[in-house]
Amino acid sequence: MGDFGNAIRLALGLVFSGDATLYAIIALSLRVSLSAVAIAVVIGLPAGAALAIYRFPGQRGFVILVNALLGLPPVVVGLVGYLLLSRSGPLGRFGLLYTPTAMVLVQAVLTFPIIVAIVHRATQEQWARHRDAFQVAGATRLKTIPHLLRLAKRSVLTAILAGLGRAISEVGAIVIVGGNIAGFTRTMTTAIMLQTSQGNLPLALALGLVLIILSVLLNGMAFAIAERRALR
Amino acid sequence: MKHLLSGMLLAFAALFALAPNNVRAEDKFITLASTTSVDNSGLLTHILPQFKAASGIDVHVVALGTGQSLDVARRGDADLVLVHDPDAESKFMSEGHGITQREIAWNDFIIVGPSADPAKIKGGHDVVAAFRAIWSAQAPFVSRGDRSGTDALEKRLWKATDLDITKAGPWYKDIGGGMGAALNAAAGMDAYTLCDRGTWVSFKNRRDLAIVLEGDSRLLNRYDVIELNPRLHPKAKLDLAKQFADWLASPSGQKAIGEYEISGQKLFHPESDRKP
Repeated sequence: MGDFGNAIRLALGLVFSGDATLYAIIALSLRVSLSAVAIAVVIGLPAGAALAIYRFPGQRGFVILVNALLGLPPVVVGLVGYLLLSRSGPLGRFGLLYTPTAMVLVQAVLTFPIIVAIVHRATQEQWARHRDAFQVAGATRLKTIPHLLRLAKRSVLTAILAGLGRAISEVGAIVIVGGNIAGFTRTMTTAIMLQTSQGNLPLALALGLVLIILSVLLNGMAFAIAERRALR
Repeated sequence: MKHLLSGMLLAFAALFALAPNNVRAEDKFITLASTTSVDNSGLLTHILPQFKAASGIDVHVVALGTGQSLDVARRGDADLVLVHDPDAESKFMSEGHGITQREIAWNDFIIVGPSADPAKIKGGHDVVAAFRAIWSAQAPFVSRGDRSGTDALEKRLWKATDLDITKAGPWYKDIGGGMGAALNAAAGMDAYTLCDRGTWVSFKNRRDLAIVLEGDSRLLNRYDVIELNPRLHPKAKLDLAKQFADWLASPSGQKAIGEYEISGQKLFHPESDRKP
């Protein structure tokens, strides 16, 4: 138990230390994961709703695929990202390998299926319930998308938070395309991995606690905002 | 709610995605594919600020096993490599990827194991005999199994015993991981493992592990810096890479390497130090 007590003390010490390196690592983690989720949301919300209301050939297969991709292994996404972004790969000329942008891209790919799958399920229910009303009102399917998303707002929030959870806790993909470069692409999770490999287990665990605290704060903020809106 | 959310997200996107989060064009940096031991041991963290002060060049270190580092360089994703596996390096050179290969530091490998020492190898100086003893005692042994320099040496040492390690029993645990992972595994299951001194001295989760064998000349560990061939790697920043390679070999680089200590213990010797 001494290990855990130590880690908690260390974690609190870290949070209030004013340690610039740690704050930079936290900031990078947030920047990468929030950017990735933002990209996945901007594409995923309309995509999820569209999947619920449009009928097209292969649509069922598409829904199954998106749901299957919830289990996408990060390390595989990282590997594919590496092969694409490598200087000798098809996107090599952009020089993105071992940069934060590369990490944003792989995390967006990992987050996207989560957003689409949850939003699809929720908007599908709303569509089934309100379809006739929409049609009576004469709305085109395209125009119903924002309304459906608003009706399914709780699930939309869940989707965003689930995506954020996936992104911020992920290490397998970003370590391959980011390289865990000190002061440049080192995030909370890759720092935890590094400290573990150096046998610095209390510090690794403390960083883990800091990450959990961060996650709690993010989720708390999201819920607080959602509730304030709901009261109005 | 939706408007607020999308507003928030757009703000995030603007703040984070569009913020200049990558290296600006005027920043001078190179990507160094290095073996984990020089990075995890803290050596590079210790010497890179000195190089940066002297040259203005940032070195982005991607720490991988030697086999993987050389592969990353083969694909053109590194500007310079710093590794420690003579055989893999020769192959890399003969394929034409490398153009110069310079030894810049050395230290040694050691066998670490549980203090109970079930294979009774403590205090010996013959690493091949010790490997045979571990085999006979069926004592737990953790292998890196990751084509790193350390893994390659371990396989060469097993070969020297004339025992076929592919036929070893369950006591031989191939964990397919880095040196740190191997030490954590060995500490967790009271196993022996082959380790480079740099990683061992800086490693903090030793539990019951201690050095059981050191001082065999076959355990010499040389670190080489390899500059890449401009013909095969036209996009690599070879001029900046050469500056770093030259600095490592220069008196100030060598001094920086030799000065790195953890609690009074030297981790790496400069190239010019006399070898045992």
